[in-house]
Amino acid sequence: MTPRTGTPVPHRGPATLAGLLATALLLAGCGAGGREDDGEDGGGASDTGVTADTITIGAHFPLTGVAAPGYSEIPTGAQAYFDYVNANGGVHGRQIEYLVKDDGYNPTNTSKVTNELVLQDEIFAMVGGLGTPTHSAVVDFLNGEGVPDLFVSSGSLMWGDDVAARPMTFGWQPDYEIEGKIIGQYVAENQPGARVGLFLQDDDFGEDAEQGVRRYLDDQIVEVQRYTSGSTDVGPQIAALQSAGVDLVLSFNTPSYTALSQLVALKLGYDPAWFYSNVGSDPGLVGALLSQISEGAVQGGTNALDGVLTTEYIPGVDAPDDPWVQLWQKVWDEHGEKGELTNYRVYGMSHAYAFVQALQEAGEDLTREGLVEALESDSQDLVGPQLAPFRFSADSHMGISGMRVVELQGGVGEPLTPILVSDIGDAEITEDTSGQAEDAPPESGIPD
Amino acid sequence: MRAPTPALPDAPLARHLLLAAVGLVAVVLVLQGVSEFRRFQLAEMAYLGIAAGGLTVLTGLNGQVSLGHGALMAIGAYTAALLLPDRDASVPLPLVLLAATVVALAVGAVVGVAAARLHGPYLAGATLALAVAVPGIALYFKDTLGGEQGLPVVLPEPPAWALDTAYFLTGQELTTSGYVALIGWLVLTVTYVLLANLSRSRVGRRWRAVRDDEVAAQLAGIDLGRARVSAFVVSAAAAGAAGAVLALSVRLAAPSSFTLTLSLTLLAAVVLGGLGSLTGALLGAALLTFLPQVATGLGTDAGLSDIQAAELAPLVYGLVMVAVVLLAPAGLAGSLRLLAVRRRTRGALSTTSKGTAR
Amino acid sequence: MQQLLNTSLVGLTLGFVYAAFALALVLVWRSTRVVNFAQAPMAMVTTFVALVVIEGGASWWLGLAAALASGLVLGAVLERAVVRPVQGGSQINAVILTLGLFIVLHALAAVVFGNRYRSFPAPFGIRGLEVGDRTVALTPTGVFTIVAVLVVMALLVALFRFTDLGLRMRAAAFNREVARLLGVRVGRMLTLGWALASLVGSLAGVLIASGSLVHPGFMDSVVVFGFVAAVLGGLDSPVGSVVGGLVLGLSLSFVSGYVGSQLVPLAALLILVLVLLVRPGGLFSTTTARQV
Repeated sequence: MTPRTGTPVPHRGPATLAGLLATALLLAGCGAGGREDDGEDGGGASDTGVTADTITIGAHFPLTGVAAPGYSEIPTGAQAYFDYVNANGGVHGRQIEYLVKDDGYNPTNTSKVTNELVLQDEIFAMVGGLGTPTHSAVVDFLNGEGVPDLFVSSGSLMWGDDVAARPMTFGWQPDYEIEGKIIGQYVAENQPGARVGLFLQDDDFGEDAEQGVRRYLDDQIVEVQRYTSGSTDVGPQIAALQSAGVDLVLSFNTPSYTALSQLVALKLGYDPAWFYSNVGSDPGLVGALLSQISEGAVQGGTNALDGVLTTEYIPGVDAPDDPWVQLWQKVWDEHGEKGELTNYRVYGMSHAYAFVQALQEAGEDLTREGLVEALESDSQDLVGPQLAPFRFSADSHMGISGMRVVELQGGVGEPLTPILVSDIGDAEITEDTSGQAEDAPPESGIPD
Repeated sequence: MRAPTPALPDAPLARHLLLAAVGLVAVVLVLQGVSEFRRFQLAEMAYLGIAAGGLTVLTGLNGQVSLGHGALMAIGAYTAALLLPDRDASVPLPLVLLAATVVALAVGAVVGVAAARLHGPYLAGATLALAVAVPGIALYFKDTLGGEQGLPVVLPEPPAWALDTAYFLTGQELTTSGYVALIGWLVLTVTYVLLANLSRSRVGRRWRAVRDDEVAAQLAGIDLGRARVSAFVVSAAAAGAAGAVLALSVRLAAPSSFTLTLSLTLLAAVVLGGLGSLTGALLGAALLTFLPQVATGLGTDAGLSDIQAAELAPLVYGLVMVAVVLLAPAGLAGSLRLLAVRRRTRGALSTTSKGTAR
Repeated sequence: MQQLLNTSLVGLTLGFVYAAFALALVLVWRSTRVVNFAQAPMAMVTTFVALVVIEGGASWWLGLAAALASGLVLGAVLERAVVRPVQGGSQINAVILTLGLFIVLHALAAVVFGNRYRSFPAPFGIRGLEVGDRTVALTPTGVFTIVAVLVVMALLVALFRFTDLGLRMRAAAFNREVARLLGVRVGRMLTLGWALASLVGSLAGVLIASGSLVHPGFMDSVVVFGFVAAVLGGLDSPVGSVVGGLVLGLSLSFVSGYVGSQLVPLAALLILVLVLLVRPGGLFSTTTARQV
């Protein structure tokens, strides 16, 4: 196995261990040496990641792996909006540098890339990091380092319910519990006779939502089925809902599972009423997925989800006349990558907008504390694409406070309720009075 | 790459211990000299190195392929997480690490007994199923194992004497990353010393004999099953320890951390480094730790989109894996050593790298 | 009752899908004594080829033809360029090589075809058939899948049992030297084995994709379950792999419907281990005496 040579052949393995150990460590050490310090503070710059003319921020998203389809589009939307802002002079004269790192939806990698962003790239803030298991691996680290952790792309309660424990973390989208509450109340009031079944993603998304729904609907629920994200066969779950005689399915799942559940229902000849949560109801996307599969069997295009109920908290591509969507379209046409504007990209632009707004509020002397303070004290001024206001205060960092129930017709959501707002726990559901739903973006497309 | 110098003691154990001590001192010095982020990366390199060390013993010395070492790491990580639920956890760290190792060892024994009757593709298949099955258990028993969100791991405060010693030796405060990296490298050193001694002992010779020729080994009175199970158990224990270090480093044990990709990545590490060589395993771990960042960075600089650049790292692993098998079956460590040998013999002999194929 | 029936039918269709994939693995194993872990990503790539053809306006059948043709070529090329050098060498090197290919093809597909969900049309209807006054969970496309898998299985059995070519392929796989002495063109047989296996794998990919969604990872669960099915059946027997696929598909469907979908992979592991403990060579093992 070793070549025959005249000289003694060294032992393989342990004997050379120290040598290589040293080499490997040297390698690591060398890497450290080449670090460049770009924190050239000048002018009004005042904190890590901020210079006179730049602000460096970061985010972790699944760009590879099973969670990448769909989610990987979100940062392209945010990037396009930041490019738009930069092209128009930036914020207080500073250009936004947005670093996106791939974590493959794996918490170990999230921890790795977040360390890289914070310690090596020295970002000013984390903006829009995606996922509950992934982000929970780094939330303590970010708070420990004092890095603002804004607008986590997940509806877990963890991003805002305990300000003392996580003072730097802010949610953005409505949490899954208030969505569950609003859906539960709507069904209890409008379809009191329905036999309700829950179809849940088996993680905090399904769990929090179930908790919310059960506050209003506990005795109407006859069956609960959960699917594991990643398993593409939901036949057994839908078959169980069918045999329990469920005639209204409340689904808390991602868009691909909306398509899969519709396909399975077709296969089973099962035709209940469907109520998909906001996450799963992207009529354009789901319709496009369903339309091609078989001519005739599924109605083509955007009509695929006709009659389905869902909720809405920001305007999406299904409302091309909405002034916000017109802004997003303009931004995407000018600064987007190839491909069309999708709701994932709208989501990314919407939270990028909120971040730019927060920067404006924080003022010229930008500090991490200043940013957090601005969010806590001026949350009522943060009017944007969201239909209901944020709940940010010194006691809560929960994101958007509400949504409305809509029925999909021709791929467009027809409102069935006014904007309903609530909070976690037993807070009541009330009608929103802020009027945010009727606003339009400023002329420039950049918050002032 | 370097012949043992006469200055080193003759007995393997003494030599390994000496090397380990030298290595550790080097680690402490390096850790103090580098940035926080590098410390974090070195901790990552440590746990990958520990797991790869175990796997290289199994695959390289005993000839069994495991695609399930990620799952065994999960078992170590969850054990650690269950023992370290909050600040007041009274379980001392060495016990946590030991427990993680023992639990993984026990699971390894069960799997090993089943695996001993299988070989080649059958074993690969069984461990492949193991790799995807274990995360599902954490999802099913959500109340104890935390479901998709996983279990948080609370790192105990470093003991006062450790802080004092570190300060005394280096003149710096010990940071959290530094502490975790130190633990990782300590575990790595202990593991490697044990593995190195084991592989040079009678047990190790039996493993190799079984790998090289089953029939001959059997004729020599070696119990094939026992040799296989023992190799699997040892390698599982290493994976368990690695999982515990991972949990300490990431401070979370969640199912999505232990995908099939992790198991494949570990296998890539031992192949890249050179099957059967601990040095190679460490080298492989170093590559896995530092390569993705470099590859992604190069990709973005070359004008690729973030999404395309993110695929570069796996692409490079895969290509290198294929290339190593085809061009340098001895792996990086083996090829370097071979190169050194060749240079010494001034290329007088026409040795081919295939000569060391294993 | 209805749930029982539908869960069974869902499992049955799924079982045939696993079987289709297991057939490809068996074919490679039989003809080259290598387990091809890259079979799934290869099939994924050819399924994307079919999708590109179909999205370009061609029919489903033309798409299938494109997938099969590209599968044939891909298999042959990979065998000649990459697998040949490790042929006959250590088992481990071959396993590692195909795992390397697995990773490469995955990453390449994500770059080339994009990492997003796309829908793949079905050749026939995707509504459940109506029996009496109720719909059962068996679609015309599902029936087509079952028929296609059975036909392929029969063809493979015939190939290996009744044709000279099949015999030569097996000879080349078992003992290259002897086969060569007997006048078998070993290299050509190995290439042919990979090409045919890749073709069967491509068919499996298209069958799995039809009437569902595809993305670069869509074959990932099939990697595990198809492999388990093949091992259950003994890796050597086309009939065994179909039986293995059915056993697995049905059991997993029941575990998913009645216990919890999280435990599906664990159930697959348990079934595999149990079967292998009783019969280390799988259910349909033809090699009577293994050494260990």
